[in-house]
Parts: sequence; structure tokens; C-alpha cells
Amino acid sequence: MELLSHLALGFETAFTIQNLLWCFVGVLLGTLVGVLPGIGPTATIAMLLPITFTFSPVTALIMLAGIYYGAQYGGSTTAILINLPGESSSAVTAIDGYQMARKGRAGRALATAALGSFFAGSFATLVLAVAAPPLARVALNFGAAEYFSLLVLGLLVSISLAHGSVLKALAMIALGLLLGTIGQDVTSGTPRYTMGYQELFGGVNFVSLAVGVFGVAEIFKNLQSLSDREVGVSRVTNLWLTGKDLRRIAMPVLRGTGLGSVLGILPGGGHVLASFASYAAEKRLSKNPQEFGHGAIEGVAGPESANNAAAQTSFIPLLTLGIPAHPVMALIIGAFILQGITPGPTVIEDQPALFWGIIVSMWIGNIMLVILNLPLIGLWVKMLTIPYRVLFPAIVVFASIGCYSIDGNPFDVYAIAVFGVLGYVLIRLGCEPAPLLLGFVLGPLLEHFAVRWNHLTSHKCGKNKGLERRRERM
Amino acid sequence: MRKILTAALAAVSMAIAAPAFAQEDYPTRPITILVPAAAGGPSDTVARLVAEAMRADLGQQVLIENAGGAGGSLGSGRVAAAEPDGYTLLLYHIGVSTFGALYPDLAYKPGEAFDPVGLVTEVPMTVVGRKDLPPGDMTELLGYLKGEGAGATFGTAGVGAVSDLCGRLLVEATGVKLTVVPYKGTGPAMTDLVGGQIDLMCDQTTNTVNQIKGDEIKPYAVTTKERIPVLLDVPTISESGVKDFEITAWHAIWAPKGTPEPIRQKLSAALQKALTSQTVIERFASLGTVPVPAELATPAALDKRFQSEIERWSKLLAAN
Repeated sequence: MELLSHLALGFETAFTIQNLLWCFVGVLLGTLVGVLPGIGPTATIAMLLPITFTFSPVTALIMLAGIYYGAQYGGSTTAILINLPGESSSAVTAIDGYQMARKGRAGRALATAALGSFFAGSFATLVLAVAAPPLARVALNFGAAEYFSLLVLGLLVSISLAHGSVLKALAMIALGLLLGTIGQDVTSGTPRYTMGYQELFGGVNFVSLAVGVFGVAEIFKNLQSLSDREVGVSRVTNLWLTGKDLRRIAMPVLRGTGLGSVLGILPGGGHVLASFASYAAEKRLSKNPQEFGHGAIEGVAGPESANNAAAQTSFIPLLTLGIPAHPVMALIIGAFILQGITPGPTVIEDQPALFWGIIVSMWIGNIMLVILNLPLIGLWVKMLTIPYRVLFPAIVVFASIGCYSIDGNPFDVYAIAVFGVLGYVLIRLGCEPAPLLLGFVLGPLLEHFAVRWNHLTSHKCGKNKGLERRRERM
Repeated sequence: MRKILTAALAAVSMAIAAPAFAQEDYPTRPITILVPAAAGGPSDTVARLVAEAMRADLGQQVLIENAGGAGGSLGSGRVAAAEPDGYTLLLYHIGVSTFGALYPDLAYKPGEAFDPVGLVTEVPMTVVGRKDLPPGDMTELLGYLKGEGAGATFGTAGVGAVSDLCGRLLVEATGVKLTVVPYKGTGPAMTDLVGGQIDLMCDQTTNTVNQIKGDEIKPYAVTTKERIPVLLDVPTISESGVKDFEITAWHAIWAPKGTPEPIRQKLSAALQKALTSQTVIERFASLGTVPVPAELATPAALDKRFQSEIERWSKLLAAN
């Protein structure tokens, strides 16, 4: 019953004209900016953060959260239509989503993404409302050793991202891991493989890499055989899902939602694995695994749901403990502080209207997104009928702008070109970019957790107090 | 003829006076403050609050531009290379004084590439431990770290981060043994401290006050000279017998080298006024800090602080 009164408070807060309006503006802006190629939620929210400074705290945070999950929707749109993921999660969507688009099923892919995301978002919001505080507590028991094991598992299942040769997939993962070692060593601060470029101290920019090996390489390929591309566009039929499609996506959406909800709670990087894990699971469980990589609708439904569920539940550590689970959450913490609220364990009790208002607004925002996005699908798909000679320069320009806007650094734009060439070479060699990207994302995490685990245990060899402590608590 | 001569003379004298004139008029267009860190972080928050308040006094927009990367040394480099006309400024923290020691290949020397405008705030830091760490206060903690707790794990946000500097200073001043565990940023380190995976941290009040108040972590001491209002019952490190121990995450505004003194004085005056604004005081309080007094928000005070900090951290970072 307590939950009901809390939710009532939440509805009361979220259902003011002002909050509904700014929630809508947030999801709309998020979708629009997120649709720009190469720009994912992190960049979107960083760019739009200043808009909210003059608002009241609740309104500002409702809008920011809206921008966040709005951009998540928008990001999958470009991944599906033009093979340009702006975030590691949409890199998975690009694998089968883009193939669906090439086969004239872009509308279905987008509808699947929208519906899957909506279901996952609603469910995860409910999880957030019912069980946030105890779940956050459980997640804290996840230490370096546990994360390390989880990431190893993630790398192992990532082979399933490839639909060609296993050997080549392994090679791509290894290349991704190596690219991930570029940058300052976390323990000593020594720069590694930076070739004297100060810009590489923080590592290779994810967006440069993703836009290069996915998007630009794809453009090279298309320009080489323009006729293929023309065929792909002319047959845009079936905007809507059939009953058969709905039956096919039902279970992947459910599984994806479950996986995403669980992994999203882990503050140390669980959300990164959500969409990859879901894709791997669907491929294993599918009756026709050979379809994966050639436009399997399950390969869009599962990961998109997982990704959206994780996006919602990753608010749990933030709202209950004041701990950011990933860069976007760190930005939102900044917004909290600017509004004069320090996020932390006391927020739920001190500011119940804020806490429950945000939760309810997330659900409302998800409804708005589905209403907003389903009609937009027709519009997005029409974009594909633009002649390619006009479309591809526009893609390159927007991707460059998006990439530049993240850190305001021209170096990242040059990097797109380098990775574009690399991506094209890889395509010619028959290697796929998805495992490379996963290796690149997981590599640095894997290293940090291994090093940390080492630090935490080595100084007390023999008596290993860290482990004893953990045992005591269990 | 005479008219023409007078006009010509007037034109010449105007041309000569123009630069001085420009300084008089400054600012005639929007000013950009570059923050070499991501939007939404503590430094960015400080910058946006101050910029908004300075705008009122300067009568021009004060824009914030974020340019992160390489611990802030990249964006700072952009300001170092910018036109010294007062329209491009840098707002960042104590980290600027460590760039020289951390990045020996830097294209600019931080100590020489900037002209000071003024200090903005000195964010206090706190030594905090996991909830179930045995020692009850700072004196006990120091004893514990020299005895059975030697080599306790100490989380930092990476080499050269202010949380790391605090740890190094603590080791140097007390001779305790710590196992430094670096993280990428303070967020994940705090996660592990709350989860009891690590023993200790020393971080800005911005990141610790709420966890302290929520009883998630144990406060041992503040690193300022005197106790701070938000944590009145937490003693200073000097109270625990460590003499002259002081470190704060001070923030300041710099201009590129060669920015005329009058312009910097004008900016300093605007900064001093901004620091008395009610909004700035209130929002700084929620960050666990206070604006610096007017005499520190000046070019001279920053110059003194900056040079002495460069010396202090270069020594400490080189020693390890």
C-alpha cells in the first residue's frame, strides 16, 4: 500500500502541465538529436544539459531523463537505417537491423525496436519503483573479481555476434582488445601506444571507432557497388509488423527485458553487456540461428529491449545511493548538483516528490516515445529513398559534427577517417566489425577489474582480508 | 585645410588610442570560459554558476565550453594558445598545477602559459572509510594504518587526480602505508567504498557529504585548516596531530599569457561580485563549499597559489 501512495505522489508530480510538457520536449529533443548519426545518449545529454539550468529541480530532471531515453530510441534509428551506431548498445542493433533495412524491412525493424523498448522500459520502471533500494544493496556486493568474471563471460559469448568464421571473429575481438589498450595506464598514468598524440591519452574515442568501422566503411562499400544499394532502397514495404512477427518477437523481448533489468543494476558496467548478452542468448535459443546477421527480427527485438531495460534500471544506483553507473548518470548527477540537490541515499526520504515524480515520468515518457516514434517510422524510412549521392555526404557531415561535438576535438574527426579505411579493409577481408567493437568496449573494463582485483588482494597475500570480509558478510 | 588636418589628427589619435579604448570598453562581445572537463562534472557546475553571476556585472554573455581529454591538459592547452584578449578564459582546478609533472611532453608550460584572474572556491576534502572499518577517529586510524591495518586499500580517481594527491600527501606527512587502488573517476571508487570493497578514500565534499549523512561511509577528518560548516563534528587532520596538513580542490580562472592587466582586473572585479551573489553562495553550499573571500579572487592571490602548488606537486609526484 505504501507503494501505491508513493506512486500517487509520483503521478501528482509528473502530471502537471509543465512537467508533462518538458517531459515531452525532452523525449522529442532526445529522439531528434539521437537520430543524428554517431550521436548517442551521452553526447546528446551533454549538449542539451545547459537548457535545463533555469528549471525547477523536478522539471529539469524529468526533462533530462527524457532526453536520455529519447536519445536511446533515436540512436537505434540510425543504427538500423544507415548502420551508424552512436553507442555500444546500438552497435548490436545495427547487425541485424541494418540487414533488415537492406532487405526492405526497415519499417518492421524500427517498429520492433520501438515496441520492444517500450515494453522493456515499462517493466524496468516498475522494477525501479518496487525494489530499488534493496536491489542497489545487492549490486554493491559485486566486487572486482565478480565483474571480471562477468566480463570474461561477455567476451566468450561475443563470438556469437559473428555470423561468419569463428577464427575471424576471435581475431576481431583481439584487435578490439588491443585498440582498447591505447591510452593512459590507469595505475601508473603512463601513456601507451599514443604515438605522442596527447589526444589519445584518454583512449580512442568510441564514437570515432563506431562511426568509422560501421558507417564510413559501409559507405565505401556501397560506393564501390552502387547498384546493390539502389536495389535495397526501392523496395520499402511492410511498415508494420504482422501477427507472425509479433509472435516471433514476444519471447526475445521478454528475455531481453529480464537480462537488461538485472545487468543494468550493476553499477560497474553491467549495462554494457546487456544488449550483447541478449543477442548471444537469442542466437543460441533460435531455431534458425543461420538467419542471425542476415536480418533476423529476434536480433533486433532482444537487444533493443535489453538495452532499454538496462537504461532504466541503471538509475537505481544513482537514485538510491548517489552512485553513477555510467557516463550519462554522471552527467545527471551534475544536473542534480546544479539544482542544489546532492544525490545520495537521503534523496528518497528528503525529496519523495522528486524521486517518485521522476520514476512516474519515465513511464509517461516511454508512452510518449512510442506514440512519437511509430508515426515517425514512415518518415525515417522515406529518408532511405533519398538518392545515395545526396545521402552519403550528408551522413559523413552529420557524423563528423556529432563526433566533434562530444569533446570539441578535431582529432576525433580525423580518427573517423582512419577507422573508416580500417573498416573497409576488414570488410574486404570478410571480418565483421561487431566483435571488434565489443572487444574495444570490454577490454579496458576487463583490464581495470583485473588490475583492481590484483591490488585488492595482493597486499594481503596469505590472509586475504578482502575475501574474508566478504565471506563474513554472506 | 585646417578642418582636414584636424580630422586627420583626430583620426590618428583615435587609432593610437584604439587599443586602450578596447580595454576600456571590454567586454564588447560574449566571453567564453573553457572548462577542460565534461559537462555536468563538479568543475563544470562551478563554472556555470559563476558565469551566470559574472554575466550580470560584465553586461555580456559568458558562455561555457566543455573540452575534456587527457586530464584537462588538452582543453587547457587550447586556452594557452588562444588570443590573449580576455574573450577566452580557463576555469579549472588544482589539476592545472600538476600537468607539468604528469605530462612532460606537453606543448605548453602551465606555470608560464597563463595569466591569473583569480581563485573561485576551495572545495574541502574528507578522509572517509568504509562503514565497518575498525578505527573510531583519525588518531586511531593513523595508528591502525601503522599497525595491523598497514597497506589498507585506498581508492583514487587515477594518477594525479586530487583524490590521489591527497593520498600521497597523507603518506608523506604521516608515513602510513597505503595500497593505492586507482579507478577511472571518483564515482566507481565511491561505489566500492560504499560496498565495502575498499577501505579508504580522500575526496571532495561534493562527492562525500551525502554518503556521510546517509551513514553509508565513515568520516575521519576534513583536510582544511579549520572545520567546515556542513560537517561541524568532523575534526581537521591537523587536530589529529598531523601538523600543517592542508589540501583543498581549489578552482580558479586563468587567461592566456599576455592578457592585459586592466582586463584581468575587470574580470577579477566581476568575479568578486559574482562570489557574493546569493545563488552562488547557496549552490556552492550544496557542493559542500564556499566562495573564496574577495582578496583571493584576484590575479595576485592566484599567481601566488598557483606557483607554490606547482612546486609542491611537482616534488611530490616526482618522488613517487
